[in-house]
Amino acid sequence: MSMIILKPGLLTTVQDLGRYGVQQFGVIVGGAMDAFALRIANLLVGNDEGAAGLEITMVGPEIYFAEKTLISICGGDLSPVLNGREVPLWKTVVAPEGSLLQFGPVRLGCRAYLAVAGGIDAPVRMNSRSTYLRAGLGGWEGRALRKGDRLPAGEPARASQVLAELLADQAQADGVAISRWSVAPELLPSYTAQPEVRTIAGQELALFDEDSADRFFGETYRVKTESDRMGYRLAGDSLRLREKRELVSSAVTFGTVQVPPDGQPIVLMADRQTTGGYPKIAQVASVDWPLLAQTNLGGAVQFRMISLSEAQRLYLIRENGIRTLRGGLERMQTSTNGRV
Amino acid sequence: MEGLSDIYGKYGAIEAKLLPLGDSAITVQLGETICRQTHDRVRQLAEHLERSRFAGMIEHVPAFLSVTVYFDPFEALAGLGDPADLSGSADPMALVAGWLADNLAKLEETAQEKPRLTEIPVCYGGELGPDLPEVAAVHGLSEQEVIEIHASAEYLVYMLGFAPGFAYLGGLPKSIATPRKQTPRLSIPAGTVGIAGDQTGVYPIATPGGWQLIGKTPEPLFLPDATPPTLLRAGDIVRFRPISREEFDRREAERR
Repeated sequence: MSMIILKPGLLTTVQDLGRYGVQQFGVIVGGAMDAFALRIANLLVGNDEGAAGLEITMVGPEIYFAEKTLISICGGDLSPVLNGREVPLWKTVVAPEGSLLQFGPVRLGCRAYLAVAGGIDAPVRMNSRSTYLRAGLGGWEGRALRKGDRLPAGEPARASQVLAELLADQAQADGVAISRWSVAPELLPSYTAQPEVRTIAGQELALFDEDSADRFFGETYRVKTESDRMGYRLAGDSLRLREKRELVSSAVTFGTVQVPPDGQPIVLMADRQTTGGYPKIAQVASVDWPLLAQTNLGGAVQFRMISLSEAQRLYLIRENGIRTLRGGLERMQTSTNGRV
Repeated sequence: MEGLSDIYGKYGAIEAKLLPLGDSAITVQLGETICRQTHDRVRQLAEHLERSRFAGMIEHVPAFLSVTVYFDPFEALAGLGDPADLSGSADPMALVAGWLADNLAKLEETAQEKPRLTEIPVCYGGELGPDLPEVAAVHGLSEQEVIEIHASAEYLVYMLGFAPGFAYLGGLPKSIATPRKQTPRLSIPAGTVGIAGDQTGVYPIATPGGWQLIGKTPEPLFLPDATPPTLLRAGDIVRFRPISREEFDRREAERR
């Protein structure tokens, strides 16, 4: 099974959940910006959560499926259209032989994730299939997709085959089938153009003057256009330290908000460096990383302070919800196994 | 405004500060200033974490003063606590901090590994090190003297970061410490050896940067298909060995 890229879109890359275990060597994590969306897309086609899919940014690609393929599109709403028909997000979809997948205007968010049954069979480099653009490795030849790329899918798991069988009787005349099952609405992050992002105190919050701390958690920040997968540069009230301090570099993570000397904060994203030396005023709670990942350039963000224990509670609820979804899909598969 | 409740304490012979980095990582800070003793503590903890892990631990990143441990809170809770507990009282961070505290207390008993010595061949000056004349002029030295001073010192790899395989080296002789360029270059080729302030280092991949470029090594520092994927590791001792342009060209040719 393979898919052919007819048009590449603005920035379409192969991503999985990132490159773990090699940060201590200075190798970035990378991976999907909205890892939640990729995980769900994978589950909906019967893959492991960490299978490689496509991250599609703003302007979507045109993709031709030579063979019948089980797909799912999750995350940002870039108006996906399959064989001329709109396809909903967060569903399992059968794309029949000879299908054309296209995208239209951005309706919500900015990054859509496409999973295919079996995952994209790109070579594993340093524990991951993610594209590491700067080093030109991983993903598909270390680069964004181009016209004419032909991406193979891995062998679909038994789970994918069962899901496809379950959808067989729902196929329309043109062969497209869309699942009735979907994701519980309460599990989905509250994606919006101007999110309020829940954030806990950063390791160096106390080094900032009180005014700066109040402003950071009160004012609205705009995402500057020079932001990318490495970090979101924010424009807004300038943040100041109580006194000038040189910090020693230490490890950072997704959602770390650091403040360089110009006082304009930067939120670190998927392709961040492994360590940083600027003071960290705040840290976005894991549960709201998807909201940030789906905020457009030029969009606005507000940071709301929550406690560490609240952040942990929200994380556990989210993870439990994902496991419930996985369990539900697995039960559906076993009950069908009995009948088919 | 609510701050972080960092935990400061003494664990066996070791004093440490445990600082949450968000809700799924924790930084163990083992000292306040960059020095050999703090570095040795960092190495000890990092080596310990290579050997023993807790449920849900993803990886660790050693730095100058600290080791940061990344974990999956859901798995940590399942492994170290009660996975069914989704109430507000479930505290994976506290469970991980507890595990780290217990293991910090055990650190003294573990023997430290002997550092590896790595030699990096460098062709100094010329087009490969265009700032060598400027560095020499700043210090009133000849180019040859700068080379001899740079190649005579032993350097300690405090940590890797900034780029894959980039080593933060300690030990640059003060006599050739040189401020950064006024205007950073847009791209510096992989393998270039530079000086910035009291640091020296080698660019593993092409990157923009403001370092004073004094030479280039034919040896790759980032080896994506090797395990580990870098020539240097934290804790290594590094020496630079001057080589001729002929040897540089020959080694580069061999690599192709």
